[in-house]
Amino acid sequence: MKPIVIVGSGLAGYTVARELRKLDAATALVVVSRDEASFYSKPMLSNALGAGRSAAQIANATAAQMAEQLNARVLASTEVQAIDTDGHVVHAAGEAIGYAKLVLALGADPISLPMAGDAAGEVLQVNDLAGYARFRAAIEGKRRVALLGAGLIGCEFANDLAAAGYGVEVIDPAPRPLGRLLPEVAAERVRTALESLGVRWHFGTTASAVARAPSGLRVTLANGQAIEADVVLSAIGLRPRTELTRRAGLEVARGILTDRHLQTSAADVYALGDCAEVEGHVLPFVMPIMHAARALAKTLAGTPTAVTYPAMPVVVKTPAMPAVVCPPPAGPGTWRVVSDDAGVEALYEDEAGRISGFALVGAACARKNALAKAMPPVIG
Amino acid sequence: MKSWQCVVCGFIYDEAKGLPEDGIAAGTRWQEIPADWSCPDCGVAKADFEMAEVVAA
Repeated sequence: MKPIVIVGSGLAGYTVARELRKLDAATALVVVSRDEASFYSKPMLSNALGAGRSAAQIANATAAQMAEQLNARVLASTEVQAIDTDGHVVHAAGEAIGYAKLVLALGADPISLPMAGDAAGEVLQVNDLAGYARFRAAIEGKRRVALLGAGLIGCEFANDLAAAGYGVEVIDPAPRPLGRLLPEVAAERVRTALESLGVRWHFGTTASAVARAPSGLRVTLANGQAIEADVVLSAIGLRPRTELTRRAGLEVARGILTDRHLQTSAADVYALGDCAEVEGHVLPFVMPIMHAARALAKTLAGTPTAVTYPAMPVVVKTPAMPAVVCPPPAGPGTWRVVSDDAGVEALYEDEAGRISGFALVGAACARKNALAKAMPPVIG
Repeated sequence: MKSWQCVVCGFIYDEAKGLPEDGIAAGTRWQEIPADWSCPDCGVAKADFEMAEVVAA
Protein backbone atom coordinates (compact mmCIF):
# COMPACT_ATOMS: atom_id res chain seq x y z
CA MET A 1 0.00 0.00 0.00
CA LYS A 2 1.50 3.32 -1.06
CA PRO A 3 1.65 6.12 1.53
CA ILE A 4 -0.15 9.43 1.70
CA VAL A 5 2.50 12.01 0.84
CA ILE A 6 2.31 15.60 2.07
CA VAL A 7 4.62 18.15 0.49
CA GLY A 8 5.20 21.02 2.92
CA SER A 9 5.62 21.17 6.68
CA GLY A 10 4.04 24.55 7.38
CA LEU A 11 0.76 24.93 9.25
CA ALA A 12 -1.17 23.50 6.31
CA GLY A 13 0.94 20.38 5.85
CA TYR A 14 1.31 19.52 9.50
CA THR A 15 -2.31 20.31 10.35
CA VAL A 16 -3.55 17.91 7.67
CA ALA A 17 -1.19 15.28 9.09
CA ARG A 18 -2.42 15.84 12.64
CA GLU A 19 -6.09 15.82 11.67
CA LEU A 20 -5.56 12.69 9.59
CA ARG A 21 -3.95 10.91 12.54
CA LYS A 22 -7.02 11.69 14.65
CA LEU A 23 -9.03 9.64 12.14
CA ASP A 24 -6.51 7.12 10.84
CA ALA A 25 -3.54 6.01 12.91
CA ALA A 26 -2.28 3.37 10.51
CA THR A 27 -1.95 4.51 6.89
CA ALA A 28 1.68 5.19 6.00
CA LEU A 29 2.39 8.92 5.93
CA VAL A 30 5.35 10.81 4.47
CA VAL A 31 5.95 14.55 4.94
CA VAL A 32 8.48 16.10 2.56
CA SER A 33 9.77 19.56 3.43
CA ARG A 34 12.39 21.79 1.90
CA ASP A 35 13.10 23.43 5.27
CA GLU A 36 14.10 21.90 8.59
CA ALA A 37 10.50 20.75 9.14
CA SER A 38 10.07 21.95 12.69
CA PHE A 39 6.50 22.78 13.68
CA TYR A 40 6.17 26.44 14.56
CA SER A 41 3.62 29.16 14.95
CA LYS A 42 3.74 31.28 11.83
CA PRO A 43 1.48 34.10 13.09
CA MET A 44 3.95 34.69 15.91
CA LEU A 45 6.76 35.62 13.53
CA SER A 46 5.46 39.17 13.29
CA ASN A 47 4.90 39.69 17.01
CA ALA A 48 7.50 37.55 18.75
CA LEU A 49 10.01 40.30 19.45
CA GLY A 50 7.81 42.07 22.00
CA ALA A 51 6.90 38.71 23.51
CA GLY A 52 10.64 38.06 23.96
CA ARG A 53 10.61 34.89 21.87
CA SER A 54 13.56 33.78 19.75
CA ALA A 55 13.22 31.68 16.62
CA ALA A 56 14.03 28.59 18.69
CA GLN A 57 11.28 29.46 21.18
CA ILE A 58 8.67 29.81 18.42
CA ALA A 59 9.33 26.25 17.29
CA ASN A 60 7.10 23.84 19.19
CA ALA A 61 8.60 20.59 17.90
CA THR A 62 11.53 19.40 15.80
CA ALA A 63 11.20 17.27 12.67
CA ALA A 64 12.12 14.18 14.70
CA GLN A 65 9.49 14.97 17.34
CA MET A 66 6.88 15.53 14.64
CA ALA A 67 7.79 12.24 12.97
CA GLU A 68 7.21 10.44 16.24
CA GLN A 69 4.02 12.35 17.11
CA LEU A 70 2.53 11.72 13.68
CA ASN A 71 3.88 8.22 13.16
CA ALA A 72 5.21 9.55 9.86
CA ARG A 73 8.39 9.64 7.85
CA VAL A 74 9.49 13.29 7.81
CA LEU A 75 12.02 14.20 5.12
CA ALA A 76 13.52 17.57 6.10
CA SER A 77 15.67 19.75 3.82
CA THR A 78 14.31 17.81 0.86
CA GLU A 79 13.16 19.68 -2.22
CA VAL A 80 10.59 18.03 -4.46
CA GLN A 81 11.85 18.30 -8.03
CA ALA A 82 8.95 16.83 -9.95
CA ILE A 83 5.54 15.26 -9.65
CA ASP A 84 4.47 12.49 -12.00
CA THR A 85 0.71 12.49 -11.63
CA ASP A 86 0.19 9.60 -14.06
CA GLY A 87 2.64 7.36 -12.22
CA HIS A 88 1.61 8.69 -8.77
CA VAL A 89 5.24 9.42 -7.93
CA VAL A 90 7.02 12.38 -6.38
CA HIS A 91 10.73 12.85 -7.17
CA ALA A 92 12.69 14.33 -4.31
CA ALA A 93 16.43 14.32 -3.64
CA GLY A 94 17.13 11.34 -5.84
CA GLU A 95 14.29 9.28 -4.41
CA ALA A 96 11.09 8.31 -6.19
CA ILE A 97 8.31 8.29 -3.62
CA GLY A 98 5.14 6.61 -4.75
CA TYR A 99 1.88 7.97 -3.36
CA ALA A 100 -1.67 6.77 -3.02
CA LYS A 101 -2.76 10.35 -2.35
CA LEU A 102 -0.67 13.51 -2.60
CA VAL A 103 -1.26 16.71 -0.61
CA LEU A 104 0.37 19.92 -1.78
CA ALA A 105 0.88 22.38 1.05
CA LEU A 106 3.62 24.34 -0.69
CA GLY A 107 2.93 27.75 0.81
CA ALA A 108 3.65 31.09 -0.83
CA ASP A 109 6.69 33.15 -1.68
CA PRO A 110 7.05 36.69 -0.44
CA ILE A 111 6.82 39.13 -3.34
CA SER A 112 10.01 41.07 -3.86
CA LEU A 113 10.16 44.20 -5.95
CA PRO A 114 13.12 44.80 -8.23
CA MET A 115 15.35 47.42 -6.68
CA ALA A 116 18.55 49.21 -7.63
CA GLY A 117 21.56 49.74 -5.38
CA ASP A 118 24.53 47.72 -4.16
CA ALA A 119 22.63 46.51 -1.08
CA ALA A 120 19.38 45.50 -2.82
CA GLY A 121 20.31 41.88 -2.06
CA GLU A 122 20.33 42.61 1.67
CA VAL A 123 16.61 43.29 1.87
CA LEU A 124 15.20 40.68 4.27
CA GLN A 125 11.90 38.84 4.19
CA VAL A 126 10.29 36.88 6.98
CA ASN A 127 8.02 34.14 5.70
CA ASP A 128 9.29 31.18 7.67
CA LEU A 129 11.20 30.34 10.80
CA ALA A 130 14.62 30.45 9.12
CA GLY A 131 13.83 33.90 7.70
CA TYR A 132 12.82 35.03 11.17
CA ALA A 133 16.08 33.75 12.66
CA ARG A 134 18.04 35.69 10.00
CA PHE A 135 16.02 38.82 10.71
CA ARG A 136 16.57 38.57 14.48
CA ALA A 137 20.30 38.13 13.94
CA ALA A 138 20.37 41.15 11.62
CA ILE A 139 18.61 43.54 14.03
CA GLU A 140 20.61 42.40 17.06
CA GLY A 141 22.35 45.47 18.47
CA LYS A 142 20.87 47.68 15.74
CA ARG A 143 18.44 50.59 16.08
CA ARG A 144 16.76 51.41 12.78
CA VAL A 145 14.53 49.29 10.54
CA ALA A 146 13.00 50.35 7.23
CA LEU A 147 9.88 48.35 6.43
CA LEU A 148 8.55 47.98 2.90
CA GLY A 149 4.80 47.50 3.08
CA ALA A 150 2.10 48.79 5.43
CA GLY A 151 -0.26 45.85 5.09
CA LEU A 152 -1.16 43.35 7.77
CA ILE A 153 2.31 41.85 8.24
CA GLY A 154 4.06 45.21 7.79
CA CYS A 155 1.90 46.85 10.47
CA GLU A 156 2.41 43.93 12.88
CA PHE A 157 6.18 44.16 12.44
CA ALA A 158 6.07 47.96 12.78
CA ASN A 159 4.21 47.66 16.08
CA ASP A 160 6.45 44.88 17.37
CA LEU A 161 9.70 46.66 16.45
CA ALA A 162 8.65 50.13 17.62
CA ALA A 163 7.42 48.75 20.96
CA ALA A 164 10.81 47.07 21.40
CA GLY A 165 12.56 50.41 20.95
CA TYR A 166 13.52 50.31 17.27
CA GLY A 167 13.23 53.34 15.03
CA VAL A 168 10.79 52.21 12.32
CA GLU A 169 10.15 53.83 8.94
CA VAL A 170 7.41 52.30 6.81
CA ILE A 171 7.14 52.81 3.05
CA ASP A 172 3.96 52.02 1.11
CA PRO A 173 2.40 53.31 -2.11
CA ALA A 174 -1.05 53.47 -0.46
CA PRO A 175 -2.18 56.63 1.35
CA ARG A 176 -2.54 54.85 4.71
CA PRO A 177 -1.80 51.54 6.48
CA LEU A 178 -3.97 48.47 5.92
CA GLY A 179 -5.40 50.33 2.94
CA ARG A 180 -6.75 47.22 1.26
CA LEU A 181 -8.38 45.88 4.42
CA LEU A 182 -9.81 48.76 6.42
CA PRO A 183 -12.01 51.72 5.56
CA GLU A 184 -10.28 55.08 5.92
CA VAL A 185 -11.50 56.06 9.41
CA ALA A 186 -10.41 52.72 10.85
CA ALA A 187 -7.04 52.77 9.08
CA GLU A 188 -6.35 56.27 10.39
CA ARG A 189 -6.70 54.99 13.96
CA VAL A 190 -4.03 52.40 13.32
CA ARG A 191 -1.84 55.03 11.65
CA THR A 192 -1.99 57.48 14.57
CA ALA A 193 -1.58 54.76 17.21
CA LEU A 194 1.57 53.42 15.56
CA GLU A 195 2.77 56.98 15.04
CA SER A 196 2.55 57.64 18.75
CA LEU A 197 4.76 54.57 19.25
CA GLY A 198 7.33 56.35 17.08
CA VAL A 199 6.64 54.75 13.69
CA ARG A 200 7.30 57.11 10.77
CA TRP A 201 5.29 56.64 7.59
CA HIS A 202 6.22 57.31 3.97
CA PHE A 203 2.98 56.89 2.05
CA GLY A 204 2.33 57.36 -1.63
CA THR A 205 5.79 56.21 -2.61
CA THR A 206 7.97 53.14 -3.02
CA ALA A 207 11.58 52.22 -2.34
CA SER A 208 13.60 52.38 -5.55
CA ALA A 209 17.11 51.61 -4.31
CA VAL A 210 18.97 50.26 -1.29
CA ALA A 211 22.65 51.11 -1.09
CA ARG A 212 25.44 50.85 1.44
CA ALA A 213 26.01 54.01 3.40
CA PRO A 214 28.72 54.98 5.92
CA SER A 215 26.45 54.06 8.82
CA GLY A 216 24.26 51.25 7.53
CA LEU A 217 21.95 51.30 4.53
CA ARG A 218 20.43 54.10 2.55
CA VAL A 219 16.94 53.55 1.10
CA THR A 220 16.09 55.88 -1.76
CA LEU A 221 12.39 56.50 -2.31
CA ALA A 222 10.64 57.17 -5.59
CA ASN A 223 9.58 60.57 -4.25
CA GLY A 224 13.22 61.64 -3.98
CA GLN A 225 13.55 61.29 -0.21
CA ALA A 226 16.05 58.95 1.43
CA ILE A 227 15.99 56.98 4.68
CA GLU A 228 18.92 55.71 6.69
CA ALA A 229 18.41 52.28 8.23
CA ASP A 230 20.41 49.37 9.61
CA VAL A 231 18.06 46.71 8.28
CA VAL A 232 15.47 46.72 5.49
CA LEU A 233 12.56 44.30 5.80
CA SER A 234 10.14 43.69 2.95
CA ALA A 235 6.55 42.66 3.72
CA ILE A 236 4.57 43.51 0.63
CA GLY A 237 2.59 40.37 0.09
CA LEU A 238 2.64 36.73 -0.92
CA ARG A 239 2.42 34.82 -4.16
CA PRO A 240 1.27 31.16 -4.11
CA ARG A 241 4.00 28.69 -5.01
CA THR A 242 2.79 27.14 -8.24
CA GLU A 243 5.94 26.46 -10.27
CA LEU A 244 6.20 22.76 -9.35
CA THR A 245 2.55 22.12 -10.20
CA ARG A 246 2.69 24.08 -13.45
CA ARG A 247 5.53 21.81 -14.57
CA ALA A 248 3.50 18.78 -13.51
CA GLY A 249 0.67 19.96 -15.75
CA LEU A 250 -1.82 20.80 -13.00
CA GLU A 251 -4.26 23.64 -13.57
CA VAL A 252 -3.05 26.85 -11.99
CA ALA A 253 -4.51 30.36 -11.90
CA ARG A 254 -3.43 32.66 -9.05
CA GLY A 255 -2.93 29.52 -6.98
CA ILE A 256 -3.20 25.79 -7.56
CA LEU A 257 -6.83 25.34 -8.59
CA THR A 258 -8.94 23.03 -6.47
CA ASP A 259 -12.58 22.16 -6.17
CA ARG A 260 -14.53 22.11 -2.91
CA HIS A 261 -12.96 18.80 -2.02
CA LEU A 262 -9.54 20.48 -2.34
CA GLN A 263 -8.83 18.19 -5.26
CA THR A 264 -6.63 19.62 -8.00
CA SER A 265 -7.04 18.90 -11.72
CA ALA A 266 -5.06 15.67 -11.21
CA ALA A 267 -6.56 12.53 -9.68
CA ASP A 268 -5.54 11.85 -6.05
CA VAL A 269 -3.70 15.20 -5.79
CA TYR A 270 -4.99 17.78 -3.31
CA ALA A 271 -3.87 21.28 -2.33
CA LEU A 272 -4.57 23.61 0.59
CA GLY A 273 -3.15 26.61 2.38
CA ASP A 274 -1.29 29.57 0.90
CA CYS A 275 -0.57 27.75 -2.40
CA ALA A 276 -4.18 26.83 -3.17
CA GLU A 277 -7.00 28.60 -4.94
CA VAL A 278 -10.12 26.98 -3.58
CA GLU A 279 -13.20 27.73 -5.69
CA GLY A 280 -11.62 31.07 -6.61
CA HIS A 281 -10.43 31.97 -3.10
CA VAL A 282 -6.76 32.48 -2.26
CA LEU A 283 -6.76 33.00 1.50
CA PRO A 284 -3.29 33.06 3.09
CA PHE A 285 -4.54 32.96 6.68
CA VAL A 286 -4.64 30.41 9.47
CA MET A 287 -8.40 29.99 9.84
CA PRO A 288 -9.00 28.75 6.27
CA ILE A 289 -6.13 26.28 6.72
CA MET A 290 -7.82 24.77 9.78
CA HIS A 291 -11.13 24.33 7.97
CA ALA A 292 -9.45 22.94 4.87
CA ALA A 293 -7.22 20.57 6.84
CA ARG A 294 -10.17 19.07 8.74
CA ALA A 295 -12.18 18.49 5.59
CA LEU A 296 -9.21 17.08 3.69
CA ALA A 297 -8.25 14.74 6.54
CA LYS A 298 -11.73 13.21 6.34
CA THR A 299 -11.41 12.82 2.58
CA LEU A 300 -7.99 11.19 2.95
CA ALA A 301 -9.38 8.86 5.60
CA GLY A 302 -12.02 7.64 3.17
CA THR A 303 -15.01 9.95 3.64
CA PRO A 304 -15.09 12.52 0.81
CA THR A 305 -15.80 15.85 2.51
CA ALA A 306 -16.27 19.25 0.93
CA VAL A 307 -14.69 22.20 2.68
CA THR A 308 -16.93 24.92 4.05
CA TYR A 309 -15.56 28.34 4.94
CA PRO A 310 -17.63 30.35 7.38
CA ALA A 311 -16.95 34.08 7.63
CA MET A 312 -13.37 34.17 8.89
CA PRO A 313 -12.34 37.42 10.54
CA VAL A 314 -8.63 38.21 10.33
CA VAL A 315 -7.02 39.55 13.49
CA VAL A 316 -4.38 42.25 13.00
CA LYS A 317 -2.00 41.90 15.95
CA THR A 318 -1.14 45.54 16.52
CA PRO A 319 -1.44 45.90 20.31
CA ALA A 320 -1.11 49.70 20.02
CA MET A 321 -4.46 49.63 18.18
CA PRO A 322 -5.84 46.15 17.61
CA ALA A 323 -7.90 45.59 14.50
CA VAL A 324 -10.08 42.85 13.06
CA VAL A 325 -11.36 42.61 9.54
CA CYS A 326 -13.86 40.30 7.96
CA PRO A 327 -13.42 41.19 4.29
CA PRO A 328 -16.69 41.57 2.38
CA PRO A 329 -17.05 39.61 -0.86
CA ALA A 330 -16.18 41.56 -3.99
CA GLY A 331 -19.08 43.68 -5.14
CA PRO A 332 -20.51 47.14 -4.69
CA GLY A 333 -21.42 48.39 -1.24
CA THR A 334 -20.67 51.01 1.37
CA TRP A 335 -18.98 51.09 4.73
CA ARG A 336 -21.22 52.27 7.56
CA VAL A 337 -18.91 53.60 10.21
CA VAL A 338 -19.59 54.25 13.89
CA SER A 339 -16.65 55.61 15.81
CA ASP A 340 -15.93 56.96 19.26
CA ASP A 341 -12.78 57.63 21.27
CA ALA A 342 -12.31 53.96 22.10
CA GLY A 343 -12.65 52.47 18.65
CA VAL A 344 -14.29 52.13 15.27
CA GLU A 345 -16.96 49.72 14.08
CA ALA A 346 -17.42 49.63 10.32
CA LEU A 347 -20.05 47.44 8.70
CA TYR A 348 -20.04 46.79 4.97
CA GLU A 349 -23.51 47.01 3.49
CA ASP A 350 -24.04 45.57 0.03
CA GLU A 351 -26.56 46.88 -2.50
CA ALA A 352 -29.31 44.66 -1.14
CA GLY A 353 -28.83 46.23 2.29
CA ARG A 354 -27.17 43.17 3.81
CA ILE A 355 -24.13 43.42 6.06
CA SER A 356 -21.53 41.26 4.33
CA GLY A 357 -18.29 42.26 6.06
CA PHE A 358 -16.92 44.31 8.91
CA ALA A 359 -13.85 46.03 10.26
CA LEU A 360 -13.24 46.74 13.93
CA VAL A 361 -10.56 48.81 15.58
CA GLY A 362 -9.72 49.30 19.26
CA ALA A 363 -12.37 48.47 21.86
CA ALA A 364 -14.85 47.53 19.11
CA CYS A 365 -12.77 44.35 18.48
CA ALA A 366 -14.74 42.77 21.33
CA ARG A 367 -17.69 42.52 18.91
CA LYS A 368 -15.78 40.23 16.56
CA ASN A 369 -17.37 36.89 17.43
CA ALA A 370 -20.90 38.23 17.66
CA LEU A 371 -20.62 39.93 14.26
CA ALA A 372 -18.84 36.99 12.61
CA LYS A 373 -21.80 34.71 13.37
CA ALA A 374 -24.10 36.99 11.39
CA MET A 375 -21.91 37.15 8.28
CA PRO A 376 -22.54 35.12 5.13
CA PRO A 377 -20.14 32.18 4.66
CA VAL A 378 -17.23 32.48 2.22
CA ILE A 379 -17.96 28.97 0.90
CA GLY A 380 -21.24 27.70 2.34
CA MET B 1 -8.03 29.67 37.72
CA LYS B 2 -5.72 28.95 34.79
CA SER B 3 -5.02 30.34 31.36
CA TRP B 4 -4.54 28.37 28.17
CA GLN B 5 -2.68 29.58 25.11
CA CYS B 6 -3.24 28.61 21.48
CA VAL B 7 0.02 27.19 20.14
CA VAL B 8 -0.59 28.67 16.72
CA CYS B 9 -1.80 32.24 17.13
CA GLY B 10 -1.11 33.06 20.77
CA PHE B 11 -4.77 33.58 21.74
CA ILE B 12 -5.19 33.15 25.50
CA TYR B 13 -8.24 31.64 27.12
CA ASP B 14 -8.44 32.90 30.69
CA GLU B 15 -10.79 30.78 32.82
CA ALA B 16 -11.48 33.72 35.14
CA LYS B 17 -12.78 35.86 32.27
CA GLY B 18 -14.38 33.17 30.10
CA LEU B 19 -15.60 34.25 26.67
CA PRO B 20 -19.01 35.77 27.37
CA GLU B 21 -19.42 36.92 23.73
CA ASP B 22 -18.96 33.24 22.73
CA GLY B 23 -21.45 31.97 25.29
CA ILE B 24 -18.76 30.78 27.72
CA ALA B 25 -19.40 32.31 31.13
CA ALA B 26 -16.64 33.82 33.29
CA GLY B 27 -15.17 31.15 35.54
CA THR B 28 -15.71 28.29 33.05
CA ARG B 29 -12.95 25.71 33.53
CA TRP B 30 -11.00 24.56 30.51
CA GLN B 31 -12.22 20.97 30.94
CA GLU B 32 -15.86 22.15 30.84
CA ILE B 33 -15.44 23.61 27.36
CA PRO B 34 -16.73 21.22 24.66
CA ALA B 35 -14.11 19.17 22.81
CA ASP B 36 -15.26 20.55 19.45
CA TRP B 37 -14.60 24.13 20.53
CA SER B 38 -11.81 25.85 18.62
CA CYS B 39 -9.68 28.96 18.95
CA PRO B 40 -11.84 32.00 18.10
CA ASP B 41 -8.89 33.74 16.41
CA CYS B 42 -7.42 31.00 14.23
CA GLY B 43 -9.55 27.87 14.49
CA VAL B 44 -7.01 25.57 16.15
CA ALA B 45 -8.75 22.64 17.86
CA LYS B 46 -9.12 22.58 21.64
CA ALA B 47 -6.85 19.52 21.79
CA ASP B 48 -4.02 21.53 20.25
CA PHE B 49 -4.04 24.32 22.84
CA GLU B 50 -1.46 24.23 25.60
CA MET B 51 -1.52 25.47 29.16
CA ALA B 52 0.14 28.88 29.23
CA GLU B 53 0.26 29.87 32.86
CA VAL B 54 -1.33 29.28 36.20
CA VAL B 55 -3.00 32.32 37.72
CA ALA B 56 -3.60 32.38 41.45
CA ALA B 57 -7.30 31.83 42.20
